[in-house]
Amino acid sequence: MAVKEITTTDEFVKGLWRDNPVFVQVLGMCPALAVSNTAINALTMGLATTFVLLMSGLSVSALRTFIPREARIVCFICIIASFVTAVDYIIQAISLELSRSLGAFIALIVVNCLILGRAEAFASKHNLLRSTLDALGMGVGFTVALLTIGVVREILGNGSLFGVAVLPGSFQTWTVMVLPSGGFFAMALWLLVVNRIKERQAAAEKHAQEVAS
Amino acid sequence: MTDASHWSIFLNAALINNFVLAYFLGICPFFGVSAKLETAVRMGGAVSFVMLVASVCAYSINLLLDAVNAPYLRIISYILVIASTVQLVEMLIRKLSPATFRAMGIYLPLITTNCAILGLALFQTNRGYNFTQSIVYSLGAGAGFALALVLMAGVREKLDLANVPQLVKGTAAALVVAGVLSMGFMGFAGLGR
Amino acid sequence: MNVPQPLERPPTSAWSMYRSIVGIGALCALLIVAVYQSTAARIRENQERFLAAAVAEVLPPARSTVAVVLADDGRLMTTAETHELPVLLGYGDSDDLVGAVIAAEGMGYQDNIRVLYAYSFELQAIVGFKVLASKETPGLGDRIEKEAHFIANFDRLDARLDVDGKSLQHAIVTVKQGEKTEPWQLDGITGATITSEAIGNILNTSASRWLPVLERDARAIDYSPPTEEP
Repeated sequence: MAVKEITTTDEFVKGLWRDNPVFVQVLGMCPALAVSNTAINALTMGLATTFVLLMSGLSVSALRTFIPREARIVCFICIIASFVTAVDYIIQAISLELSRSLGAFIALIVVNCLILGRAEAFASKHNLLRSTLDALGMGVGFTVALLTIGVVREILGNGSLFGVAVLPGSFQTWTVMVLPSGGFFAMALWLLVVNRIKERQAAAEKHAQEVAS
Repeated sequence: MTDASHWSIFLNAALINNFVLAYFLGICPFFGVSAKLETAVRMGGAVSFVMLVASVCAYSINLLLDAVNAPYLRIISYILVIASTVQLVEMLIRKLSPATFRAMGIYLPLITTNCAILGLALFQTNRGYNFTQSIVYSLGAGAGFALALVLMAGVREKLDLANVPQLVKGTAAALVVAGVLSMGFMGFAGLGR
Repeated sequence: MNVPQPLERPPTSAWSMYRSIVGIGALCALLIVAVYQSTAARIRENQERFLAAAVAEVLPPARSTVAVVLADDGRLMTTAETHELPVLLGYGDSDDLVGAVIAAEGMGYQDNIRVLYAYSFELQAIVGFKVLASKETPGLGDRIEKEAHFIANFDRLDARLDVDGKSLQHAIVTVKQGEKTEPWQLDGITGATITSEAIGNILNTSASRWLPVLERDARAIDYSPPTEEP
């Protein structure tokens, strides 16, 4: 089987679909479920996580020759925690309301396995450009995944999207969707959809290879 | 400072606002370890212990940070203390029970990134619990986490033997089970008020 | 080649490791402090603006406010510091005391609920109410912010003190929707029982704590109106 050359743009694209952090790698599920009860919360969380991913990825990549291998996890944690603290204050400065509605979950970005995982698996081993693209790709993939869950939960559970009512008042909202259970169900449904699509993609590829050979 | 009684804090943390099923904290180990009942019990115990220690440490650190008026150091100091505590627990378990240590494998160091522990520290700080309230809160949270984990493991072991469609097997099925468990726990609302 | 370069280095010496960790720690500390300092002013502005808007909403007649706290001897005294849960005295156009605005917090269904309420000395009742921060369930618990009949509770929620002035004559309590008979009761919301009861508890606790002190000391506070900007 031919070895595929990983192109530079591929580093970005893989985070969107093939290695999507939430649906494929199943990392960072805690915030995916916790703050996705409305679309605006999901979007803010996704952007904040992308910011931390990007900045910590850049820092780890830039400092990778200085970080001692034996103490690397502690260093990664320090760097990530600093950027999380920074984004916490930045969000408070931008909008007090957003900060209050997300509460402690901004601070919880620091234990998002996704960020530590990317720092360890990728940023500490690659140069600045690739690390940036990887971080951006994972961040965007994460944000999109969070948004898909958030949009479904808000529309079905509250009849609105980003606070604007989109369903007629006569629609009996599925309140369970904005409750914790709804988070689990919404994620399970999207996981099924993603798995199904991947299954068919794999089958089509296999079929194409058989036809070619 | 809150006026809630200790009993209601404990019940709240363990059942009504269960850390995993209501706050979505600790999901990664929840799905990772709940496949087998025995590892689930061990993980529940380890996390409960780390929660207790982390709670005490967080309370002390918070006193210190308030004294020097440096609230911005909260996140970084909490997470570093938690990481050290987990390291300590790891060494303890390796010394006291090598069998348990081997059985838990990679999941022990993963407790560091368990959002439930950092979440516990942050929540108790935000709600202004005093020392005894924090201890009770962490005991309740640990008990709740262990309970949810054990329940999940029990159901998943049975599910493994059932005839589940290929597409749904694994994480998707576990998510649906978690959703139903979460709905069940909602029945505890209003308890102890 | 696109093969990832592993960290191939000989085991680091203790000194080099110490140096790196301290260096990284210093960089992190620098970053945190820099962001904190640069956003502090803006955050404080946001908080003040938010509070001012909330005060205007719950106590419209107030033109200016003065923050108060309990001194060590239990008496009221003015303060220039900002607190998490401020207690303010509101003064009207003619510098008369029109009421007090109190922030309170307590456990709701999901998490802490923070509220702001206004007390009128003249009517001896709570005349304004606003939810400052809540994480209650959208569509259920958050109805305390929107539902008309619940908000109507606070047109005049009786909070008079008993004869010795040390506690509320009637405790503020939440009753089932439609069963309100007394002016110190809160008509609850069906389907959001826990949240509406929580509001009742929060108000009762806060009022029991603050109203006796305010009734006793507020009028004695030396109020100097802020100087007019030319």
